[in-house]
Amino acid sequence: MSDTSGGRQGGRDGGLGWGLRTAVALTVLLLITPTVVVIPMSFSGADTFQFPPESWSLRWYRSFFGSEKWMYALLTSVQIGLLVAACATVLGVAVALGLNRSRFRGLGAVRTLMTAPMIMPGIVVAVAVYGVFIRWQLNGTAVGFVIAHTVLALPFVVTAVSTSLAGYDRTMDVAAATLGATAWTTFVRITVPLVAPGVLSGFAFAFVTSLDEVVVALFLQTPDIQTLPVQMYNSITLEIDPTIAAASSLMVTATTLVLLVPQFVRRERRTR
Amino acid sequence: MTTTTTTTVPAAGGRGTPGRRGVRLRARAAWLVLPATALLLVFFFYPIATIVWRSFTEPRTGLGNYTALLHDGVSVKVLVRTLVTALIVAASTLVIAYPYAYAMTRVGARARGVLTMIVLLPFWTSLMARNFAWYMLEQRGGPIERLLGAVGFDGVVLLGTVPGVTLAMVQVMLPFMVLPLYSGMEGIDRRLLDAAGSLGAPRWRAFARVYLPLSVPGVLSGFSLVFIMTLGFYITPALLGSPQQSLVSQVIGERVNRLLDFGGAGALGGVLLAVTLVVLFAVSRVARPARALGGAVGHE
Repeated sequence: MSDTSGGRQGGRDGGLGWGLRTAVALTVLLLITPTVVVIPMSFSGADTFQFPPESWSLRWYRSFFGSEKWMYALLTSVQIGLLVAACATVLGVAVALGLNRSRFRGLGAVRTLMTAPMIMPGIVVAVAVYGVFIRWQLNGTAVGFVIAHTVLALPFVVTAVSTSLAGYDRTMDVAAATLGATAWTTFVRITVPLVAPGVLSGFAFAFVTSLDEVVVALFLQTPDIQTLPVQMYNSITLEIDPTIAAASSLMVTATTLVLLVPQFVRRERRTR
Repeated sequence: MTTTTTTTVPAAGGRGTPGRRGVRLRARAAWLVLPATALLLVFFFYPIATIVWRSFTEPRTGLGNYTALLHDGVSVKVLVRTLVTALIVAASTLVIAYPYAYAMTRVGARARGVLTMIVLLPFWTSLMARNFAWYMLEQRGGPIERLLGAVGFDGVVLLGTVPGVTLAMVQVMLPFMVLPLYSGMEGIDRRLLDAAGSLGAPRWRAFARVYLPLSVPGVLSGFSLVFIMTLGFYITPALLGSPQQSLVSQVIGERVNRLLDFGGAGALGGVLLAVTLVVLFAVSRVARPARALGGAVGHE
């Protein structure tokens, strides 16, 4: 505001200098390219990972949807993802409410605790969980996957819901109470609708976290239970199976859609 | 009963105004964190404590696994290589992300929305897909080899080399640098730059002496976050790296998968954990890396 045009000092501030523009453009290219190149690759007609493809076909999509192995991995991933999203959302909303609505000793510790799964070294977490799950006979079970992924997804739900709670005006509760609403009515009629977008985002983030998770899944997998990312990993390291290109494109598209939906819902609500 | 519980009600907000039920709901709110906390303690912290414990007890009680790391001739090399790689990745992402995050604070709301989306989409879109993409780009006869060949560097195949892993990691880690940087820069008052200018400082000096120091907390958050995450990254080294030039995560994976050597793997993991905690503690005065990451989910 203070630096729009005017003096020589602020002259270039209105826009970005060409140097900065170039840097941003190159960074955008670096961020996007690897996500996007998998899409043309998935329409390749060749048997190799050659890029760019020399011929085009839909064979890898046919291979993906026609293969029992890939379909089973997809189904497993979606099922685990939905269960994880449900569990993480319930637990995460509770945590966010608890952190937002109370003051107690150790509150800061709980906050730190909740963020730990985001930053602990991934391989250490995976090996540690694997070690314990072998003893508890949870590796290679759906329950094991759901528990491990819920732990990893929880921080994202807590953050998403906490953010929407932070913008929540508590005088609304008071207003409802003075108008005679019970705590429960206030919760259902005021709190829930206001926090719903944050909860929806949290659910989406949790689902995507689980759907995308590879490292823990690689250790917990058995021949009987493999998630889609594990199958993708194996198709590069063990089989050189270009079906992974179709799987990658579908994953990129699906996650993008899942994450954009809460954004649109939010915008829709705001314009209403 | 209700009167004693009111002490736990936050002072801010509508204290005392809601009815008895409201008060009780608030007092009970603290219990809401219990289930998730219990889950994390049992299924996250207990496993990590266990693996560290096993590094001191398997196969024999003592520091055997750790002294073995020093004497086996490989582990130290691998650890140093991993630390150096993580430093290079963190420094490279910082150099690339800084102008980008800065630009995010300088453009209009619409452009900022687009730039934020561009950072968040790769953050959330399939890690396997991106690693597969790098595999294609870096392979023998792939686009990068041909591109480098066209400018005179023949036969440079990045797949299976540490630089190849580094390049892919930089791309994968970029969002983890941009978000903390941006959330730090967002809070910097630009009028300070105008003030410096009006006192006669040229633009570059105002930037170097005023803006840069103010952005340090964001830089430390991003740098420590990327450094820590790179240390423990498994997929990219496993897919794009080579067994001859392995990083710590590959060795840990190998020991567990092939040898079921949880003691030895735990010792290497223990070193990673120690480095992580030291880094987090070192920056804790000025930066909270995990919290800065909240931007990935909490932005409007």
